[in-house]
Formats: sequence, structure tokens, C-alpha cells
Amino acid sequence: MTALRRTATVAWAIARKDAIAEMRGKQAAVSTLTFAAVVLLLFGFALGPDPHRLADAAPGLLWLGLVFAGLFAVGRFHELETEDGALEQLTLYPVDRRSIYAGKAAIGVLAMLVLGALLVPLVAILYAVDVVHALPILALTVVLGSIGFAAVGTFYAGVTVRLRAREVMLPLLVLPIVAPLLLAAVKATTAALAGDPLGELPAWLELLAGFDVVMLIAGAGTYGFLLEE
Amino acid sequence: MKTRILGVVALLAVAAATLYGLFGVPADLNQGDAQRIMYPHVSSAWLAYLSFGVTALAGLGWLVRRDLRFDAVAVASAEIGVLFTALAIWGGMMWGRPVWGVFWQWDDPRLTTTALLLALYVGYLLLRRLSDDPKRRATRAAVVGLVAAIDIPIVHFSVIWWRSLHQPPTFLSPDKILNPSAPLQFVLALVGMLAAYTLAWTWLIIRRYQLARAELAREEAVRSGVVRSARSATTASGEGAVAQPSAPAEAAR
Repeated sequence: MTALRRTATVAWAIARKDAIAEMRGKQAAVSTLTFAAVVLLLFGFALGPDPHRLADAAPGLLWLGLVFAGLFAVGRFHELETEDGALEQLTLYPVDRRSIYAGKAAIGVLAMLVLGALLVPLVAILYAVDVVHALPILALTVVLGSIGFAAVGTFYAGVTVRLRAREVMLPLLVLPIVAPLLLAAVKATTAALAGDPLGELPAWLELLAGFDVVMLIAGAGTYGFLLEE
Repeated sequence: MKTRILGVVALLAVAAATLYGLFGVPADLNQGDAQRIMYPHVSSAWLAYLSFGVTALAGLGWLVRRDLRFDAVAVASAEIGVLFTALAIWGGMMWGRPVWGVFWQWDDPRLTTTALLLALYVGYLLLRRLSDDPKRRATRAAVVGLVAAIDIPIVHFSVIWWRSLHQPPTFLSPDKILNPSAPLQFVLALVGMLAAYTLAWTWLIIRRYQLARAELAREEAVRSGVVRSARSATTASGEGAVAQPSAPAEAAR
């Protein structure tokens, strides 16, 4: 119990440190949010002015926007550590490596939730989708999707942080891995918006939750090896 | 020498299985000659999955034992796995065009999974090329190979929940084993092709493993200054040579 509490304390400290750094800097946060909004705008241009077509595609576009902007977010929290040898300092702390992963994943989830809080209303406005009636389920889907994405993204940010071409390698490695997450999240969102006529919503949410658990365990189990380098 | 014999045997086996698949077996009643693509297609797909399983296990071996020979197995298996994945997708598309009417069928879970498999392991190989230090490279590759291997069943499972159009497996369903509908010739052609391809795979893995060991030995030699790297050898004679890669070698002399 104490070990678990210690892990939580360390994870909280790391997540809090990153959150404070982002709040004070603001540039990265603002540019990531703006990027996400611009992506949603461009989807509108790509799919034409037909409102029905946009409304039909809305769940997929929402999640593509979240995933693309999320890549910047999870990458950012490791990039922070590359300045002034902060990563070396972090690895020298006598704490369980899993708590470092947990902290980085937690701040990643928070960033994804902020993105979701911006993108869901934006999708409702831009693509004329009524989200209000499905808001609780939508929120649950965004939470589950954010956990899974942050679990995978944080792990790969750790893999690529010291790489020369990390800007392109992070998306290249993360995107194929999160394909099942994207599929399940889009299906769940579609079902939630339509009022779940086929009763398929629980299955997709279960798949999302399962993905989250598996990837959190895999990430926590392997992330420590990356810090040994 | 033994490896060379294996190579010759594998080559002959693949040639024999191919000729039998093309001319020895009668054409399928429904699919016609297109069905013959199945023999190399199924064999390639099997080797693709086998390769990535070996890559993941070899990565685990490196993490536990810290022996770079495991990493050499991992890279050999991953590279050859990418080759057979590409072959499997190509064969599947060539078969899909006449039978399904399209090259790409989004409803098919195995095609979609295999495409993601290709993306995952091309990323794995690119990641390896970007890491210079052998141990760092081995560790990064090992964890990425493991997570990719964990992801593949989830990908497959999630895509299956879309409507499936793929040919159901002919051999592995218990009903089919009790009431064999495929004539013995078809079974023989497929099993023969599987065996021949697996022999060829074994030979490729051994050769690529030996190459990986040689590459590592050369990297070590360059680092310790015994030999100069090819790049610095060519640029040193030219104007404005960037001597950075050979800096340790120069210092050692």
C-alpha cells in the first residue's frame, strides 16, 4: 500500500511540475489547441460544404483531430525534459521508473481532456452535430480514449525523445498502434450520437477500456528500460 | 557450407512447390486460376506472423540476457518479416481483384491487420536506423517490438468486429477437419508451399543474422579506431571534408 502511495506521490509531482511549466509558458498549449481547431476547419474544406456529409463524418473527424493534436501534446512533455539535461536528472531520482511513466501519462491524459473539451463543442458548432443529448457518454468515450492514447503516446515519446528525427518518428510509431483505439472511439462516438440504436455502445467502450489497461501495463512494464540508456 | 546447402534445398523446394501449385493442381471450381495465388499468399502471411513473433521474443531475450546476438536475431527476423508481409499483401491484392472485384477490401480484417503490421514494422526498422549506439538501439527496438506484438491481437480483434468478408480458414475449423472438403491435392499443394517457404525463410534468417553480426563487428571496429569508416575514407580526400565520424579514429592514431 505504501509502495502504491509512493508511486502516486511521485507521479503527481511529475505531472504537477509539467502542468505548471505549461501554464507559465502557455505557447505550446495555445499552439496545440489552435492546431487542433485549424485541423477541424480544414476537414470542413476537404469534405465540402454539404452539412449532412460533415455531420456523418463528425465522429471520425473529432478523433482524428484529437489524435493529431495529441501527438504534439505527448511529445511535448518529453521534449520539456531534453533542455538542460533534465531527463538525466529525472532518471537519477531514486524512484520507481513506473511512477515516472505514470506521471508523464497522467499529464498526457490531462492534455487530451483539455483538447477534448475544446474539440467536442467545436465539432458541434462547425459540423452542426447535436452533442448535448449524448454528453455523458461522449465524455466517457473521450476519457477512455484519452487514457489509451496517453498510455501509448507517453511510451513512444520515451522511445523517441533522444532521437534525431523524433518529430516524424513519434507519429510514425504511434499512429499504427492506436488504430484499434481510433476505430473503437469513433464507433462509440457514432453510436452515442445516434442514441445507440443497435446496442453496440457497451462493446466498443469495453474494447476501449481493454486497450487502456493493456497499453498502460505494457507501457509501465517497458518504459523503465528506456531510461536506463 | 551447411547454410549454402540449406539455401539450395530451399530454392529447389520453392521451385517445385511453385510448379506443382501452377500446373500440378487443378484450378478451383469457383475461383479458377486466381485460387493458385493462395499457396504463396498463405505461406507469406504465416511467415510474416512467425517473423514478428520471433522479433518480439528475441527482443525479450535481449532485455533479459543483455546479449547482442538476440538483437541480431530480432533485426534479421523483422526485416524478413517486412518482406513477407509485403508479399502477403501484394498476393492478397492480386487475388482480390478478380475474386472480390477490388484490390483493397476494407471489410476484411486480415487484410487491414496485415497493412497495419507492415506499418508497425517499417517503423521498427526506421527506428533502428536512427539509433547509433548498439545497446540503445537494441533496447529501443526490443520494447517497440514487444508493444507492437501486444498490439497486433487487439488490432485483429477490433477489426473483426467490422463485417468480415475474408475466406474463412479452410483447415483450422474442426468441422472441416472431420469432413474434409478440400481434395488431397489442394492440401498437398498448400502444405508443400508452406514447408518450402519456411525452409527459404530459415535460410534468409541465418544469412541476415550473420550479416547483422558482421555489421556490428564493423561498427565496433570503426568506433575503436581499428578501421576508418567508409564515409570518412571517401570524404577525407575531398575538399571541405567533414571529419566528424572519424574523429575517434584520428585521435587513436
